[in-house]
Amino acid sequence: MTRDEFSTIAYNGLWKQNTALAQLLGLCPLLAVSTNIVNGVMLALATIIVMALANVAVAALRNFIPHEIRIPVFILIVAALVTVVDLLFNAQLHELYVVLGIFIPLIVTNCIVLARVEAFAAKNPPLNSTVDGIFMGVGLLWTLAVLGAMRELLGSGMLFTGIDMVFPSLSPIQVLPADYPGLLIGLLPPGAFILLGCMIAWKNWMDARAAERAKRRPPTPEVVADTAEAGA
Amino acid sequence: MTSTPREYTAPAMALRTAAILFIFVIAFTALLSAVYQWTRPAIEASALAEKMKLLNEVLPASDYDNALLTDTLSLPPTAELGLTEASTLYRARKGGQPAALIFEAVAPDGYAGRIRLLIAIRADGSVAGVRVTQHKETPGLGDYIEPKKDKNKANPWITQFNGLALATTPAKEWRVRKDGGRIEYHAGATVTPRAVARAVHQAVLWADIRREQLFAEGSAQ
Repeated sequence: MTRDEFSTIAYNGLWKQNTALAQLLGLCPLLAVSTNIVNGVMLALATIIVMALANVAVAALRNFIPHEIRIPVFILIVAALVTVVDLLFNAQLHELYVVLGIFIPLIVTNCIVLARVEAFAAKNPPLNSTVDGIFMGVGLLWTLAVLGAMRELLGSGMLFTGIDMVFPSLSPIQVLPADYPGLLIGLLPPGAFILLGCMIAWKNWMDARAAERAKRRPPTPEVVADTAEAGA
Repeated sequence: MTSTPREYTAPAMALRTAAILFIFVIAFTALLSAVYQWTRPAIEASALAEKMKLLNEVLPASDYDNALLTDTLSLPPTAELGLTEASTLYRARKGGQPAALIFEAVAPDGYAGRIRLLIAIRADGSVAGVRVTQHKETPGLGDYIEPKKDKNKANPWITQFNGLALATTPAKEWRVRKDGGRIEYHAGATVTPRAVARAVHQAVLWADIRREQLFAEGSAQ
């Protein structure tokens, strides 16, 4: 894998094709779990592990899977891997399983995994597919963290609710005054839809602004390219 | 991959895809069962450890020396305990003498439905400990019955029951203060502690009249 391929895959996962903001995949677990940062990050971590494994497995087997029955085979692979991850976590990393465990079965219902397997891993070598799975997961991670932070801040005025379940020595931070009444809609699914909508609007605005800037000042990329060449 | 794909007749094609799908199913089922077999001992061990941890929360490990998880009785659904399904009763012994009974009870009248409790009652009739194992009470309001959610970490609400016994505590004192009892509660959430107090009292009454029988039953073998 070249550096160019790597940065394209990373940029796609983190921003351009962000699973939550651009592909709008897996909204069901996403909206259910993003009530605070800790839950959101936990779901994303579980997703990263499963996506990397599912992608590498499908990429390695892609030449043996007939096109006509690829979807059932992908589902079989993903479901088996999720169960294997669930069992291994429970047996080997029980402390972590107590915290992450409830999120792993949620991933089975998450079409992000199947979508990446179908769109990327079925056409690319294992190494690229692993990187793709990891960066798609990291893209989900930052989105869920931001969404979770906004929701708990609006809903309860706190940040890092539930952190004591992961690190017993840490406790949640009260950001807004203790007598903040709490805006319940932040914690309810409609609030998640509204805030996710705001984040998508923000991403589209950033993309539109970047596109306009690129159009208005065409010399800029050349200057960058020149200095890069001179440096090399 | 420059060779042209072979042409298959429809039945041959169907057979070929079925065979490939079958191979995948066999392979991944084998993987699953291998991982399941390999991880089962560890998973069972940690489930047992978790159970012991909960039991030791209501009865300190130093108060008994028998194998708690094997010295059990299965209880049929017991209306006095609010149980509509069968449950397990654990018998703790020290030096062969009865030490405590640990069993489940349900407070059916919580603010948001049933509250499941695990209760340990010593052989002298006093409460060794109570823990809420399952509830749907309002977060931040009624959930202080769970020590993890209780703001008072040094002396969680649920520990008030420790040491209470029928012999020393008259029936009317097994209630929240508002109802004339001795159980403290947080203003604004009375329904929850009232339900728990009543369920604990019921459980103590239930255990009191059949303690000897419960300890003796089936242990002669």
